[in-house]
Amino acid sequence: MSLWRPLKVLPTLMRVGFAESLAYRAEMIIWVFATTMPFVMLALWSAVAHAAPVASSSGRSWGSAEFVAYFLTMFMVRQLVSAWAAWEINFEIRQGTLAMRLLKPLHPVWSFATSNVAAMPLRAAVSIPVLVVLFAVGAHRQLASDWRLWPLVPFALLGGWLIAFFANVAIGSLAFRMEQSLKVMDVWFTCFFVFSGYLVPTDLFPPWLRAVAAYLPFRYQLGFPVELLLGQHELGSALRMLAAQWAWALGLMTVALVLWRLGVRRFQAVGG
Amino acid sequence: MIRVRGLKKHYRVHKRPPGAAAALKALFRRDWQTVKAVDGIDFELGAGECVGFLGPNGAGKTTTLKTLAGLLHPSEGEVRVDGHEPQRRESAFLEKIMLVMGQKQQLLWDLPPAETFELNRAIYDVPKDVYRRRLDELVTLLALGELVNKPTRQLSLGERMKCELVAALVHGPKVLFLDEPTIGLDVSMQVAMRDFIRRYNQQTGATILLTSHYMDDVEALCPRVVVIDKGRLSFDGTLASLVQQVKPEKRLTLRFASPTTRAQVEALGTVVKFSAAESELQIPAAQVSAVVAKALGTLPVRDLNVENAPLEEVMSELFARTAADTRSTEAVR
Repeated sequence: MSLWRPLKVLPTLMRVGFAESLAYRAEMIIWVFATTMPFVMLALWSAVAHAAPVASSSGRSWGSAEFVAYFLTMFMVRQLVSAWAAWEINFEIRQGTLAMRLLKPLHPVWSFATSNVAAMPLRAAVSIPVLVVLFAVGAHRQLASDWRLWPLVPFALLGGWLIAFFANVAIGSLAFRMEQSLKVMDVWFTCFFVFSGYLVPTDLFPPWLRAVAAYLPFRYQLGFPVELLLGQHELGSALRMLAAQWAWALGLMTVALVLWRLGVRRFQAVGG
Repeated sequence: MIRVRGLKKHYRVHKRPPGAAAALKALFRRDWQTVKAVDGIDFELGAGECVGFLGPNGAGKTTTLKTLAGLLHPSEGEVRVDGHEPQRRESAFLEKIMLVMGQKQQLLWDLPPAETFELNRAIYDVPKDVYRRRLDELVTLLALGELVNKPTRQLSLGERMKCELVAALVHGPKVLFLDEPTIGLDVSMQVAMRDFIRRYNQQTGATILLTSHYMDDVEALCPRVVVIDKGRLSFDGTLASLVQQVKPEKRLTLRFASPTTRAQVEALGTVVKFSAAESELQIPAAQVSAVVAKALGTLPVRDLNVENAPLEEVMSELFARTAADTRSTEAVR
């Protein structure tokens, strides 16, 4: 995949993608409502911690303030590391409309990526009130105090998004072979909810489950950027986690592009 | 420009009769069937030709077009478009071609077509001055005006189809595959599209392969036709020779100054249509002069017209023959 053309087209793709995200703003807001589970978990865990702080097996104590900071940050990070290319790819393969993208001298994965990224400013805007609340309730005091961690944050957010996006492309590409590739996405999401720290911080997992989570991509997609923002890692540990995250991102990218390449050969461009 | 040799495209499809028992059985053992969408065809198109690619539904037209455009990989055979192997989908190839499908759209649904045009300009790396000049020409020729700034979803089918053509031509393709470009359009819009396609072909020298069920499209645009049926070519030549080969008889239309009886008209030849004021006859080409002379001498003829059989009838006849040939071949087997 040559990089020259995509880089040249990128500004136009982003501009058009942003215009589309504005056109779909109502759907976007509905989607944001679907990501409010952290607020539910915040209420639940705060109630638990209100009685007594929750001690993790790693020795960290989780009181109400920690849960508030964790789940508010979780909500904001989720807006930035989400992708929905699997639905688009699955739909376009089944309808045959992918043909129109395949006719152009630009790998369709670039178009799907930019349409996902271009919607981020709008999704980030939804996070602003949450950020205000974070500061208003004093939860910002839980954010990383080691300034050396902050330069890693953009890379961790990008790595998290790459994992989400290429997992979407890989699963979407299964539609070249399977009739119901989105069922695989359901399985992915079930694992994501459990292992990413979305519902329960992985720090509170029993040691064996935390060990399992360390070998799966979900925590690197969402939990790790949140933990980094909250300063739950020393610099050395953060760098190791970042390396593992990017290894997952590159691995999933390879798998996704191979599945795509193999799948396109089977594309039947149905209809019309 | 286009060379096709022994092209085959076969699909393996899952076959299951209706019913719960069949569904249960399919869980354990699936039956497969090979569909021969295209079954060994050869043809060539020279640069600048505009050729009609005709056939009944399911004949293999769209499959062939998609293969030529690089969307489908051939099962067998060789395809070359301007020296490229389409299925490799190299950028240099994709920059030269475009496939317009009347039933598929590339326009961004919730944005004005102008956004799609600009996106295509960027993707095909068309210099801005060339793009502006080309877009102005296309918008003027297709009388689009301010429509390009209205969201696509608010455009009528005909307006959308015109915008689809503009989006397809922004990069000035040398080879254009048109799959039912006038489907669903009203008569005046069909005429406008035909005029535009003819002009594009003449002005740019682009090679055009067109499928359409509207024979008016074919008559207006394509001096040559290639006919495919059941995945095999059954004719390749000029429209005139197709008519000559399949239905050489002429149509004689007679309009009468006063009412005429059917018996009087039947005395001249095979009656295709009859009314007391106007009748249509089918007569051998060699007998046209004699029959016309006889009609003028024996009937109150006010006006007459001699022409070939309508192309729709020619095609129906051709497809019926192919079907009959297939049945007889299968019977012999």
